[in-house]
Amino acid sequence: MNRLLPFFGFMLLVVLFGFGIWWNTQHDQNAIPSPLLDKPAPAFSLPKLYEPTQTVSKADLLGKPYLLNVFASWCVECGVEHPVLEAEGPSLGVQLVGYNYKDAPADAKRWLAEHGNPYNLLIADEPGHTAIDFGVYGAPESFLIDAKGVIRYKHIGPLTPDVMVKELKPAIAALQKDAP
Amino acid sequence: MQLFRSSAPCARINLVSGLIRAQGVLLSVLLATFLVFAGVAHAQAIEPMPFANHAQELRFQHLTQQLRCPMCQNETLADSNAPIARDLRNQIFQMMQQGKNDDEIKQYLVARYSDFVLYDPPLTTGTWLLWFGPLLILLGGAGAVLVAIRKRSRSGTVTTEASTDNAPTDNGDDW
Repeated sequence: MNRLLPFFGFMLLVVLFGFGIWWNTQHDQNAIPSPLLDKPAPAFSLPKLYEPTQTVSKADLLGKPYLLNVFASWCVECGVEHPVLEAEGPSLGVQLVGYNYKDAPADAKRWLAEHGNPYNLLIADEPGHTAIDFGVYGAPESFLIDAKGVIRYKHIGPLTPDVMVKELKPAIAALQKDAP
Repeated sequence: MQLFRSSAPCARINLVSGLIRAQGVLLSVLLATFLVFAGVAHAQAIEPMPFANHAQELRFQHLTQQLRCPMCQNETLADSNAPIARDLRNQIFQMMQQGKNDDEIKQYLVARYSDFVLYDPPLTTGTWLLWFGPLLILLGGAGAVLVAIRKRSRSGTVTTEASTDNAPTDNGDDW
């Protein structure tokens, strides 16, 4: 027994090490858990990207759930996410609101013309002040906001097909179960 | 030839002293460049802000050094060059001008970016293991040592005489 003790000690370290590796493959080290989850989305009032004279506020979007997708033309990973949104956006069953983050409107429009526009509505936050209220710290980020304006789900990083199936769609399904 | 030979040592001395002088010049040039670039690197992270006074500037620096950049998580808000760090620095600056104190500013950031932005994590149910884990490990180690000592001293009192007999059985195989 005593002779096996070092071996057990070694195995304990191996298990710890393996757990660490497993944990890091399951969790994004850069994703910060949002304190805004299950809390009302911050109030905002932002101009539309294509009609800058018109603004959209949080109150305007109440009543129907929507996916607020933070993107920018300078964001490389948004290019990864975009085809997924293009393909799956219409079948999600919620409105797709594009949140153009810290971007020159001309660049954003050019980017959308090039990559396609999956959004039902586009709002622009060029200075990025409102984004701080949402706890945004990069792009892409996505918020699922329910009909009452509560943030129900947040994803940091690109929405991959895997994330769509495992996280976003179940979250949307849960919304629809709550409020039929 | 004659001229060359006689002048040779002289030239060498001149060369050496010249080298030393050149080295000195080179060194000071290098130093100057380093200093200049150090200044530039620093200035890149913190763009000049119109602080009301020097005390406020110090307070700003102190506060931003206690806060983590959400984007580059190994950097403080003071050091980070990430766009969000710049935005948050500006936000903190604005809040300072509005007369908000450090706690209010921290609360503002924590409400949006969670405790993650604090380099000094608060004591909550989620962090008690972080705070007391080392103490638990220390206590566990102390317990293990205590048990080992007791075991050894007990076996020592029983086999004081037999210890010489026992010695050969312990052939050092037991690592």
